Amino acid sequence: MSENEHTEHIVSPGMYLTIILTLLALTGITVFAAFIDLGRFNIVVALLIATVKATLVVLIFMHAKYAPERTKLVIIAGIFWLALLLFMTLSDYASRVDYRGVRYPMTQIISHTIEDRG
Amino acid sequence: MHRTGALYGQFKTLEQQKDTATLGMWIFLVTEVMFFGGIMLAYTINRHTYFHAFAMGSNTLSLGLGGFNTVVLLASSFTMAMAVWSSQTSRKSLITLFLSLTILLGFVFFGVKYVEYAQKFHHHLVPGKSFDIFYCVNSPTKCEDIDAADMAKEKEELEVAAKADPDLNAHAQLYYSAYFGMTGLHALHMVIGAGLLFWLLKESVAGKFNAEWNNPVDIVGLYWHFVDIVWIYLFPLLYLIDRHK
Repeated sequence: MSENEHTEHIVSPGMYLTIILTLLALTGITVFAAFIDLGRFNIVVALLIATVKATLVVLIFMHAKYAPERTKLVIIAGIFWLALLLFMTLSDYASRVDYRGVRYPMTQIISHTIEDRG
Repeated sequence: MHRTGALYGQFKTLEQQKDTATLGMWIFLVTEVMFFGGIMLAYTINRHTYFHAFAMGSNTLSLGLGGFNTVVLLASSFTMAMAVWSSQTSRKSLITLFLSLTILLGFVFFGVKYVEYAQKFHHHLVPGKSFDIFYCVNSPTKCEDIDAADMAKEKEELEVAAKADPDLNAHAQLYYSAYFGMTGLHALHMVIGAGLLFWLLKESVAGKFNAEWNNPVDIVGLYWHFVDIVWIYLFPLLYLIDRHK
């Protein structure tokens, strides 16, 4: 069987060094970006950089890139389930109208927050 | 259980044995993703609802200490990865060295976290009866560790935030509950990780890990990197909400 012939991939120290230096550089960039006023996109940029960092850690430090297909499937299923949790809950909160016909405060406060911040 | 060298009886090959262990650990890590994911989701909803209070709370955290800890934790992930490499290539003394460095960096993280938590107790920023987001601004003599320029800035921000949110103190308390809850759970994971690392250190000193048998190093490594990923998200979420003002 092919999975039994799969030999362990050893990631080289040079590769680990490249990844850690990239992670440190991205940490610098995320702090730098936080001091620029991007309005509502500050959080988007911050989470995007964090996701790039997390992806590097998963693929190289955690060897997911060299893992068998079924391990990759478990990882992807986990991310998919997390996406379901976040997407469905947040879309519910963003669109909810309660029994009095009042929108959930989130949307109201978001809109006045954005006005306040120009 | 029957065991031939590093190979346990229920497996055909070392590779199969390794893949099985890795798969099991990933399934556990997926449950951890859902655990922290749910907490971050609750945080996100509160943060959107009480943005002014959360931004104010975030700006009272020390960016220097938080940033330093981020670097420390990333470095510890690197030393952990190097410990795994050392075991895969049977470099026995290097395994011990890199495991020790990982533990050391973990303890540096705890030390900085202690300083941060102590500061919050000192500034009346721990959720509970004595929580008061205005404490330092109202009694600056009791918060001498904050320099005058930062204090003036904090006062200005507080005035703006208090106008936008009449119940600022209660909502800032919510931010600090999230802060202590999330960083506390993260730190608890690190304490467990440090315990596992001490066990690995003991085993590595006994010379148990080599190219054939290194599953424990690999598996604890996965756990340690996962805890690092949690911090990769916590740092921007908690420390960098609204720094550009």
